[in-house]
Amino acid sequence: MKYIDYMQLNPFQKFGYNFVNFFKKLPSNIARFFKMVGKAIVAFIVGIGRGFANYGKRFVKGDVFVKLSYIIMGVSNMVRGQIIKGLIFLCSEVAYICFMLFFGVEFISKFGTLGTVETTEQLSADGFTYVPVYGDNSMLILLYSVLVIVVTIIFFAVYIASTKSAYKVCMDKREGKAILKFKDEIKQFFDDKFHITLMTIPCLLIGCFTVLPLIFMILIAFTNYDNAHQPPGNLFHWVGLNNFADLVNVTKGAVKAKTFANLAGWTIIWAIFATFSNYIAGMIVALMINKKGIKLKALWRTLFVVVIAVPQFVSLLLMSQMLQENGAINQFLSLITGQNIAFKFLDSALSARITVIIVNIWIGIPYTILITSGILMNIPADLYESATIDGAGPVKSFMKITLPYMLFVTTPYLITSFIGNINNFNVIYLLTNGGPTTEEYYNAGHTDILVTWLFKLTMGQTHDYNLAAAIGILVFIVCATLSLITFNLTKSAKDEEAFS
Amino acid sequence: MIKSYKLRRSLVNAIIYVILAVLGIIWVSPLAYLVIQSFSNDPGAVPQTLMPETYGFNNYIKLFTETESLNFPRWYINTFVIACFSCVISTISVLMVAYAFSRLRFKSRKKFINIGMILGMFPGFMTMIAIYYLLKAMNILTLEGIFGIPGFDGPILALIICYSSGAGLGFQISKGFFDTIPRALDEAATIDGATKNQIFWKIILPMSKPIVVYTVLTAFIGPWTDFILAKIIAGDKVNNYTVAIGLQKMLDNDHLNGWFKRFLAGSVLVAVPVTLLFLKMQNYYVEGVTAGGVKG
Repeated sequence: MKYIDYMQLNPFQKFGYNFVNFFKKLPSNIARFFKMVGKAIVAFIVGIGRGFANYGKRFVKGDVFVKLSYIIMGVSNMVRGQIIKGLIFLCSEVAYICFMLFFGVEFISKFGTLGTVETTEQLSADGFTYVPVYGDNSMLILLYSVLVIVVTIIFFAVYIASTKSAYKVCMDKREGKAILKFKDEIKQFFDDKFHITLMTIPCLLIGCFTVLPLIFMILIAFTNYDNAHQPPGNLFHWVGLNNFADLVNVTKGAVKAKTFANLAGWTIIWAIFATFSNYIAGMIVALMINKKGIKLKALWRTLFVVVIAVPQFVSLLLMSQMLQENGAINQFLSLITGQNIAFKFLDSALSARITVIIVNIWIGIPYTILITSGILMNIPADLYESATIDGAGPVKSFMKITLPYMLFVTTPYLITSFIGNINNFNVIYLLTNGGPTTEEYYNAGHTDILVTWLFKLTMGQTHDYNLAAAIGILVFIVCATLSLITFNLTKSAKDEEAFS
Repeated sequence: MIKSYKLRRSLVNAIIYVILAVLGIIWVSPLAYLVIQSFSNDPGAVPQTLMPETYGFNNYIKLFTETESLNFPRWYINTFVIACFSCVISTISVLMVAYAFSRLRFKSRKKFINIGMILGMFPGFMTMIAIYYLLKAMNILTLEGIFGIPGFDGPILALIICYSSGAGLGFQISKGFFDTIPRALDEAATIDGATKNQIFWKIILPMSKPIVVYTVLTAFIGPWTDFILAKIIAGDKVNNYTVAIGLQKMLDNDHLNGWFKRFLAGSVLVAVPVTLLFLKMQNYYVEGVTAGGVKG
């Protein structure tokens, strides 16, 4: 389709066209994505190769002190007057060697097996009770091995930097340039190298408390760290892709796979309902508030926004109590009907699921109001005026003007909130705690979504960390794919100037 | 004709007013119920009627005086301390990262931004379990009275670390703000001999008051509303709870019967400050959420 044809379509057709096109282009987009990843990997390898080539070149070209610096870090700097800098390099080398000798080697050597010494029981000194003699602790071996690997990578970066610095100071001397004093180098960190100063501490914190745990959990997904293999009493081992197989293998009638399939289905249903009900209902309310001639706009808006201003755990815990058999909602229903009503909202699977979605509307509509108000005001008023002249009623102009326009502008927001709902831990956990529980599922209830199941698997009665980690990875893959699509859509939305 | 059009319009408006009023009442009534029942002086553990028959401050007084089993004032102080510390640390690190990504040009800047985005896509509590074990292995969780300050126990330090350590990943909104400040200002300052450090403190920061306020407020509210991480880290150390898990504790099977009204009172005490802060920053919130989407 040519651009001119595209411009003549009505907004709905445009959206439909884009929608269909998106799926048509999906294979080639995916292919491009993998090509991009491949290119990045090649570039990475080439970069490493070049790094090593430079590393060798520096060694060959440098004088004897530079060569010595390759083994004893900082020598070249110290010989040429950069005492403090050289000492810092030397100290970091000594610290790393000590770290490896007294700590690292012990764990990293067992990384391949995750420990072999079983815990045994031994008769205690009094001769009556058995006390355990602990063997290897697989969990600690894995955790510390990851730590050692991360520290090694950091040290390697320092090492490369030190060889570069050793070479540079040697060349500067040879060419008769002034050798930078330590004070001047510090000054550089507040000007040309200011980004290093700014980024170091946040990066270290993120590395320690986000990246390191993440690597640890990803590795756990490939072990059998479940309820039957709990350190320190038991060892666990590498099992490859078994956990993922457990999740998808339905043929055996395995309860885990069944739970996974059912919960994944419910997660998707939940995410679709939660996203679209909030989106459309919220937009209608926002339209009503923003309609011409309606007064007290700020008041109406605040009435709704207060609900999200209150911390979610307060409003949701309150709701979970109000929905009880003798809770406020049943009291209210009894009051207006005059009969004694005690409806159990959260006791059967279907009513609990419907209740969760409805309560989520209560929580979610204000967000949509907040976000769409501004955009709704931007829809050209003449569109509505001409629609009215042509005899369109409010429903028709909503379907033909507002909805297509909003879909066009807020698709990224829609996808983001879809992802948010897949990960919507609070609403499910605080409202129903996943219940009503059932024997058919492995450790889960009828309203559990994947992330609450993940939480229960780790913090509940059993500790199936391997399964939880595998689920986490799968959820990540889904969310990351959706995010990439959003990213592409925003890029295309930026280029196109439809509606303006 | 005109008359009937006017009539029709005011009729439509009247209907909309009615709908808005009904919806508004539905939306606010649970919260109104929360506030009203928290002032109930009725005997009995659970409210038997929609509106209390006698009013007073009994629930609040009990909440602050009967602290043997569940110590609400202590939780309140815990949360306040955690919020203050993590607010300071995360604001600083968010602004530092955002400034570096927005105003400074260095090798592999794009790579860092992408890595930050990907890290943000993992489900948050996948890492929390590992953080728990990491902190346990570092023996932080069992510490008591750090620096000799009574009550400043391990879990509180751990929570401060956790809330502020990941903060650097939330740089997007602040970066978007810094991006809007004209680069010509930086260049002019550089010509006048200012270092990048001085530009940050003397030019960019004074111009960024709104985003600083936003960052401070979000960082401060975080610990008050977070639930999962606090639950994992505090475990069964009731004295180190934050208000969120403490209030949930009041509703478990052992406590529900005696504590429901005190739960309401406690919720009011938590919700009021957080609500006021949120209303103050709601406009920034909209900008933040839509920044990635609409503007592209």
